[in-house]
Amino acid sequence: MDLNYTDEEKAFRDEVRAFLAEKLPKEISDKIRAGRNIGKEGYQWWHATLNERGWLNFNWPKEFGGAEWNAVQRHIFEEECAAAYAPRIVPFGLSMLGPVLQKFGSKAQQDFFLPRILNGEHWWCQGYSEPGAGSDLASLKTRAVRDGDHYVVNGQKTWTTLAQYANWIFCLVRTDPEAKAQEGISFLLIDMNTPGIEVRPIVLLDGTPEVNEVFFDDVRVPVENLVGEENKGWTYAKYLLTHERTNIAGVGFSQAGLDMVKRIARIETANGRPLIENPHFAARLARVEIDLMAMATTNMRIISQAAAGQAPGVESSMLKVKGTIIRQEINDLARRAVGPYAMPFASEAVEGDNDPIGPDYAAPVAAQYFNNRKLSIFGGSNEIQRGIIAKVKMGG
Amino acid sequence: MDFNLTEERQMLQDTLRRYLADRYTTPVRNDILDSPAGFSADIWRELADLGVLGALFDEADGGFGGAGFDIATVFEELGRAGVVEPVLDSCILGGRLIAQVGSPDQRALLDQVISGKLHLALAHGEPASRYDLSRVETTVRTDGTGLILSGRKAVVVNAEAAGQLIVSARETGGPFDLDGISLFLVPAGTPGLGLRGYPMLAGGRAAEVTLDDVRLPESARLGAAGQGFDPLMDVVAAANCALVAEVLGAMESAVELTRQYLMTRKQFGRPIGTFQALQHRFADMLIELEQARSAVINAAGHLKAPDRDRQIAAARNLASRAGRLVAEETIQMHGGIAMTQEYELAHIAKRIVMSDHRFGDADYHLERFIALGAA
Repeated sequence: MDLNYTDEEKAFRDEVRAFLAEKLPKEISDKIRAGRNIGKEGYQWWHATLNERGWLNFNWPKEFGGAEWNAVQRHIFEEECAAAYAPRIVPFGLSMLGPVLQKFGSKAQQDFFLPRILNGEHWWCQGYSEPGAGSDLASLKTRAVRDGDHYVVNGQKTWTTLAQYANWIFCLVRTDPEAKAQEGISFLLIDMNTPGIEVRPIVLLDGTPEVNEVFFDDVRVPVENLVGEENKGWTYAKYLLTHERTNIAGVGFSQAGLDMVKRIARIETANGRPLIENPHFAARLARVEIDLMAMATTNMRIISQAAAGQAPGVESSMLKVKGTIIRQEINDLARRAVGPYAMPFASEAVEGDNDPIGPDYAAPVAAQYFNNRKLSIFGGSNEIQRGIIAKVKMGG
Repeated sequence: MDFNLTEERQMLQDTLRRYLADRYTTPVRNDILDSPAGFSADIWRELADLGVLGALFDEADGGFGGAGFDIATVFEELGRAGVVEPVLDSCILGGRLIAQVGSPDQRALLDQVISGKLHLALAHGEPASRYDLSRVETTVRTDGTGLILSGRKAVVVNAEAAGQLIVSARETGGPFDLDGISLFLVPAGTPGLGLRGYPMLAGGRAAEVTLDDVRLPESARLGAAGQGFDPLMDVVAAANCALVAEVLGAMESAVELTRQYLMTRKQFGRPIGTFQALQHRFADMLIELEQARSAVINAAGHLKAPDRDRQIAAARNLASRAGRLVAEETIQMHGGIAMTQEYELAHIAKRIVMSDHRFGDADYHLERFIALGAA
């Protein structure tokens, strides 16, 4: 047992820190810290900055030009980025589609799409969920019918994150309506500029246009944009989901959130004393910090197993549930910490460059609280995860 | 980072787990619980022979371990089997205190402790002290011919079996001062030493101890005069590390018993484990179990670190919350059978919950965690 990073890992951490200190300007990190949207250009700038350093595709194998970091290195990078309030890496192309193409895509698909994910020419979004297919994803109904050299796609996707910025979408579509639910699904790559596609924003409860509905009306997709084999899409989708679950515990986000709550609670007062000294507030804060300390160790245990080549199994589900509970608790503490100044509807402050109403830290917290209710819903709801844990661990 | 046990600790874990699974069966344990001594002298000797007691001491003290992860390894297994033998009291609290501050003559007792021949008990807590380690009202004074101890000690675990009691007494200062607390070795049977023994709810025995002008020679001092608080903190930190590990082991047993029960017990024509209402709660217990496992690692890994006390407080708060969840939920999921004294889970659940009452419950450790973070 040794709870410390090795000298090599420490050196790597220093390298990441130096990079962030040099390349991440305060105006950007301030925006992230204040919960402001940095927009498409902001994300593209960050991707380009990382790509220049060779760190954008850190989870890709060397064979495809990736940095091929191990699980510990990835964790260090994510932890340092969260602590520095760096923008997040938009995951759809890099950590979702990329690995699928590398494993199941044709040589032509790999050669065409992978470089364009890196250079930012393609912004991908994920066409999975449908109005009638949430946690029960395999019940999806969007149809693709073969017509000569094309598939004709009809149907609707929803909860499509940042589709308003995207020019490509990877979709799960039903190609065999007669087969069992999981067996008639195919994995298609669709150019968003194809006629018949319409994107409509869904305004979320915090006022942000983060997700969208995407409608397909006789959209013609060339057959060469099919990934792998027809009707085998569910296999690829499941493979993708295992990559979606990296950094599932969100330890870095929670740590940054906790530091923010402490900062707020030292400034805000209750009964003339700093809020952080209020016994009720302090008790809740301490409890979630204790939970986070333990989860960080659980996370490192699983990461060190993964770095040793053991695939994480049901532990990912455990981290997802605990990690989201912790993040949501921290969001709730932040909301309460700011008091009445949580109330202004801050979408303008969050989206634009307006001066905030009240203290700068107060503007986004209520919106973040509501926005992060999504954490326990998406990526397999926490109820789905509990079902998986029970199924695997109860045995027969 | 490395989260694997060393080969030696892996061997210790395997040996102890196998021994207890074979030897410390539910009927054997239930007999021990009903016995006048409250523990088995045979099992005690066997634990010593297996090297389990020695694993809790440094080599310099005659052992072959003594680090946080040695303590955690041993106590996780003791917890798993619901062992009631006073390993915590004789070795962690008593033995390690002597190892830390004892004179050469006193340290000679360690051989007997490690070989299982001598029992020890720490008589520190008092009727009004609750979990506050500095609150000592028992007094020591001198009259020219020796030392005289007066006062009362509360819930002294293993007092009746102990050949030597380690008694704390205030030499100078007020009841809450950290300075002025001294430690003494008081042999069993010393005139003026009174014991009112009783069984405890979760097994084992304790006593209310009265010190009615107990006269001791100067050589009975354990450590420097008035400087007892820091060594007490050290052994209590080790004891807290042991307790979280014991709770973890007990939680693992409780969860495994429940898993088996959920898959075999049928109601409404199917195993109750197929009901989602129970599956999700079972999953929540498993999540908390992993949290507790990490808390034990954090506690054991920081036993010699500068932020030891904050890590220990965090671990005990978490293990206490997780333990209570598991104890209550496993009883609930079993239903009536878990309410019977003879069923294995009942004992395990009691061990988990009652650990709260040694050196502080969840609220106490939360307060400590907050205070240590603000400092």
